[in-house]
Amino acid sequence: MDVTNYVILSSILFSIGAVGVLVRRNAIVMFMSIELMLNAANLAFVAFARANGNFDGQVVAFFVMVVAAAEVVIGLAIIMAIFRTRKTASIDEASLLRA
Amino acid sequence: MMIPTQVFLQPSIDWFVISPFTILLGAGVVSLLIETFAKRSMRRPLQLLLVFTSLVASLAMTAMLFGTQTLTAGEAVAIDGPGIALQAIIALVAIIGAAGLAENKVDPSGDAFAARASAIPGSSDERAFTQAGWYSTEIWTLFLFAVGGMQLFVVANDLLTMFIALEVMSLPLYLMAGMARRRRLLSQEAALKYFVLGAYSSAFFLFGAALVYGATGGINFDDIAFAIPTRPQMSTLLVTGVVLILVGMLFKVGSAPFHQWTPDVYQGAPTTLTAFMAAGVKVAAFGAMMRLVYSAFGSLIWDWRPILWAVTLITMFVGVFVALVQSDIKRMLAYSSIAHAGFIMVGLISGTNAGIISILFYLTAYAFTTLGIFLLVSLIRDASGEASGIESWRGLASKSPITALSITFLMLALAGFPLTSGFIAKFSIFASAIQAEQTPLVLLAILASAIAVVFYLRIVVLMYFRRSESDEVAVAIPSNFTIIALVVSILMTLILGVYPQPLFDLLAQSPLFIR
Repeated sequence: MDVTNYVILSSILFSIGAVGVLVRRNAIVMFMSIELMLNAANLAFVAFARANGNFDGQVVAFFVMVVAAAEVVIGLAIIMAIFRTRKTASIDEASLLRA
Repeated sequence: MMIPTQVFLQPSIDWFVISPFTILLGAGVVSLLIETFAKRSMRRPLQLLLVFTSLVASLAMTAMLFGTQTLTAGEAVAIDGPGIALQAIIALVAIIGAAGLAENKVDPSGDAFAARASAIPGSSDERAFTQAGWYSTEIWTLFLFAVGGMQLFVVANDLLTMFIALEVMSLPLYLMAGMARRRRLLSQEAALKYFVLGAYSSAFFLFGAALVYGATGGINFDDIAFAIPTRPQMSTLLVTGVVLILVGMLFKVGSAPFHQWTPDVYQGAPTTLTAFMAAGVKVAAFGAMMRLVYSAFGSLIWDWRPILWAVTLITMFVGVFVALVQSDIKRMLAYSSIAHAGFIMVGLISGTNAGIISILFYLTAYAFTTLGIFLLVSLIRDASGEASGIESWRGLASKSPITALSITFLMLALAGFPLTSGFIAKFSIFASAIQAEQTPLVLLAILASAIAVVFYLRIVVLMYFRRSESDEVAVAIPSNFTIIALVVSILMTLILGVYPQPLFDLLAQSPLFIR
C-alpha cells in the first residue's frame, strides 16, 4: 500500500478542518474542526513513520493525543464559561472587543 | 517496507543543565498541591513564596549554567548560549510579571483576577465570593506552568519538544486571559478568541512538522539540517512544511497577517497579565523561532528569507498605521507590539551572529519596557475599573506628575529615543541588518519607526498639554509589589539605554545555536 494515499487523505482532512474553523460560527464546531486538523497531522505522522522506517512519527502521534486532550479541557472550560454567561456558543455574539 | 527492529537506548538526562525549567514545572506541581490541601487563607502567601523562590532559583541556575553548551535528554534539549540567555530573560520577566500579578491594593476588592472564575458574571454567587475576599490562587499554578513552558520552548531541539513546549506555554495563558475580576465578558471573549486562534495556529505548526518529518525523515533539528541537502527530491514537501511551521510561529509572535488576536487579547485580558504575556510570549516565541530558522532550517535561508521579508514589511506597517487610529491605550500598545515584532524580524532576516545578539538585546529591552508600560496602565482607574480609553488620560500630568513622567519615559523608549534602551536596541538590529546587506528593509523599518513616534507622542501630549475634564480618573496607589516591578523595569530601560555594553559583551560570548 502506497504511503502517498495516506498523506493525501491527511491533507484532505486537514483542509476540511482548516476551512471548518473559518466558516462555522459555533465555538464547539470550530473546536471540533481544530481537533480534526490535529488528527490529520497524526495520520500524516504515522504514515511518514512507515515511509521513513523509524518510530519518531509514531511517538509524536501519542504526544499529540495527550496535547489534544489537554486542549479539550481548556477549550471546553472557556466555552462553558461563556455559554453560562450568554446562553449561546455562537462566536458572532462574542463581539464586545472592538477598536 | 518493513520497519527495522531498533534497540531501545535509554536517553541520558543531565538534570543539572535542564534545571531552570524543571524547577518551574516542579514548582507548578507543588503549587497544585497547595491549591488542593492548604487552607484558603494560607494559599496566597504560600503560592507567592513558592513562585518567587522557584523563579529566583531558576534564574540562579541560568547564571550557573552560563557558557554551557550541551545536548541532553536524547538530544531533545539544546542548552547553548542563546538558549541560556533567553531562559534568564524569561525568568527575569516572570519575576517582574509575578510582582505585577500579585498586586492587590489597586482594586479595592482584591487582585486583578476574578474571586472565582466559574461564577457567572453579575450573579449573586459572584458578589458573595467577592465580598468574602476570595482570590483565584489557581493563577499561580497556571503561571508557573506557562513560564516553565516558555523556558522549554527556547531550548527545544526537536519539533515534538517544541510543540509540547508551545502548548505548555499557551494553554495556561488562554485560561488566565479569561479570569479578569472587572469587565468579565470582555475577558472571557478575549480568552475564547485567543484559544480558538491559538489552537488553530498550533494545528498549522503540527501539520507543518509532519510534512518536514516526511521530507527529512527526522524530527530532531540535527537530523533535519543534515537531511535537507541530501534529499533534493523532497524540496516541495519540505518548503510547504517550513511555511506551515512558520505560520504557527508567526502567530505566536503576533506578526501580521496573523496578528488579529493581539489587540483583542491585550485589551480583554487583565492588564497585569497582559504585561507578563506581552513580554514573556514575545521573548519565548522569538527565541524558539530563531533556533528553528537558524538551527534546523539554516540551509534553507534562500527559501524562508523572502517569505519573512514580506511578512516583516506587512507587520511593521500594519502595526504603526493601525496604532495611529486606536482609541484604547491597550489596543494601541497591542498594535505597537505588532510593529515591534516587525522590527525584531528585521534582525531575524539578517541571519548573522550579530543579528542573533541584537535580537537578544532587543527582546531584553522590549520586555522590560513593555512590562513597565502595562503595569502603569493598570494603575490609571476610574470607578468601574481601569480607564484605558486614551481620552481619559487627558491632564494626567497634573494629577500624578511621577506617573506621567514614567509613562513618558517608557513611551520614548518604545519610540526609540536616544538614552533609552529602545534606541540602542533598534540601532543594533538595523546595524546588523545593514551588514547583512538588507539596506532597503532597514530604510523601510526606519520609516515605520518614524511614523510610530506620532502615536507614542500623542499620549505624552494628551497627558501634559490637555486639561482633564473630570476628576473621575485617578492614579491608584499600588502596593510595594508593583512599585518594585516598576522601578526595576524603568531602571533597566534607562541602564540599557545609557550603558548597554556589558549586556552586549555577555551576549557576544556565546552567540551560537548548537544542535
